[in-house]
Amino acid sequence: MSQNIGTPLNILVLVKHVPDVQFERRLAGPESRLDRADSVLSELDEYAIEAALALSESRGGEKAGNTVTALTMGPEAAVNAVKKSLQMGATSGVHICDPALAGSDAGATSLVLATAIKSLDFDIVVTGMASTDAETSLVPAQLAERLGIAQLSNLSAVELASSSRTVTAVREDDAGSHRLEAELPVLIAVTDQANEPRYPNFRGILGAKKKKITTLTLDELGLAASQVGAAGSATRVLASEERPARTAGEVITDSGQGGIALVDFLADAKLI
Amino acid sequence: MLKILVYIHAPAGTPTKGQRELLALAGRLGEARAVLGAEADEAALAGLSAAGATGFYAAAGGLDASALLTPAVSLLTGAVRDFGADAVLLPNGIEGREVAARAAVRLDAAVITDAIDVQTDLTVTKPVLAGSHTVKAQGTRVPVLITLKPNSVEVPEPNAGTGEAAPLRELEIEATAPAARITSSAARTDTGRPELSSARFVVAGGRGVEGDFTPVEDLADALGAAVGASRVATDAGWIEHSAQVGQTGATISPQLYISAGISGAIQQKAGMQGAKCIVAINKDPDAPVFEIADLGIIGDLATVLPQAAAEIRRRKG
Repeated sequence: MSQNIGTPLNILVLVKHVPDVQFERRLAGPESRLDRADSVLSELDEYAIEAALALSESRGGEKAGNTVTALTMGPEAAVNAVKKSLQMGATSGVHICDPALAGSDAGATSLVLATAIKSLDFDIVVTGMASTDAETSLVPAQLAERLGIAQLSNLSAVELASSSRTVTAVREDDAGSHRLEAELPVLIAVTDQANEPRYPNFRGILGAKKKKITTLTLDELGLAASQVGAAGSATRVLASEERPARTAGEVITDSGQGGIALVDFLADAKLI
Repeated sequence: MLKILVYIHAPAGTPTKGQRELLALAGRLGEARAVLGAEADEAALAGLSAAGATGFYAAAGGLDASALLTPAVSLLTGAVRDFGADAVLLPNGIEGREVAARAAVRLDAAVITDAIDVQTDLTVTKPVLAGSHTVKAQGTRVPVLITLKPNSVEVPEPNAGTGEAAPLRELEIEATAPAARITSSAARTDTGRPELSSARFVVAGGRGVEGDFTPVEDLADALGAAVGASRVATDAGWIEHSAQVGQTGATISPQLYISAGISGAIQQKAGMQGAKCIVAINKDPDAPVFEIADLGIIGDLATVLPQAAAEIRRRKG
């Protein structure tokens, strides 16, 4: 008897190639754009990839016809975020790449991604909680709005029972913790509490080289350059400055009166 | 005069500090009206009016609280159109950002998060890249939806007010988009301490607490501070995840940040950069945190923190 695991799922996972947070990051040029050298897969997207793979595997994985497609938008090097996703176990990749996309804000980015997603078959769109560069957390909610599907975001847990089309999840927000449910298709955004992302193993790294990555241009998506990039964005950056470096103050060694010195310091600073 | 809407996600008997900041800023920019994200009683309306709201929008027949966010988005977009709002101010938390994000798509409007100031020409100042840079940004379309970080605006003493509520207008809500259903909710357990994201004082612990947050909590309570933690400490399960400060946790800007047993790797620094004053306690004289601390104490937090807590209590009498 075959196990009833339901119809196969097409899962899209959104990934972003961002400057490594371990290094100093800079804004450059008249439009204060982020210097994207030394970029890596956004750490928070690893949780999204893991969630996508786990959902696929709960239904029998690739063998049972489930797919996990990693989708990114960004300059040429951004394909490396897709490659890392393939090494972790995604089935295939899509890279939206066009010079006109540079400088897109969250609204323009969500327009491009939603347009691409509508052209692909999907049951579930998975994202991380935020990118570690822009840190706005706007894109997941904007995608759900543009796609007209239920949004389950800021999730610390997500489940899809076998043969079911109802996703159940736990959301953590400012008010507390909530149990959510929704019928497919859905958008889910997971936090770094949702799972432990896997590391690519040797087989995954070798296998990834044979997986297909499709590149899409604006033309192919039917979008005009005026709808994206700085021209298509509803926000613009006027100026930027680096926060003045903090300087070290007094450093003392505790010789039994460290706690008293701390309180004296707070009193001098009129904090207590 | 500019027309400014303020989104009040959860009206309460007395307006919260964050809600008073939103209304104070809105009042500085123009005429302030409030959109009620949930039911508000007379006391709540009077409180918000005393804090600066000159009118209210609510949903006719109430909002469906079991549908995640989309009814509130519909109410807000309806209110923007009815009022002809130039800008909308929302709280910078999870719900505020998500409501702003979706409403901006429906209105084809601009959205700017993490604001710490807004000028009368609607130029927004915001920190980016974990607080290492500050940018000024503007919307190129109207309205602009702006989410405001806590502790950004001076709040005047609430005026005694007339005790009366400003007028309320009920809007019929357009059909809402598909939404997740909320099947049950649990409020965050009240620790009796200030909330981390908006606290004036924060005491945070890291690897150096070695599993025991008692000294950190004790000093926090003596100071009336919130408790924070580095990712190492939350990942180890020493304290709940909501206490995490830094790259993937809360970015905060308190008056005082006391860092105990946190080495100060670049992501940890990211969480504390915004603090006005930093005090660091660490056993390791080479800990990078000492490079940014206004006072550094090389020592054992397990003795320094309790001594400081006892001294504060003694001086307070």
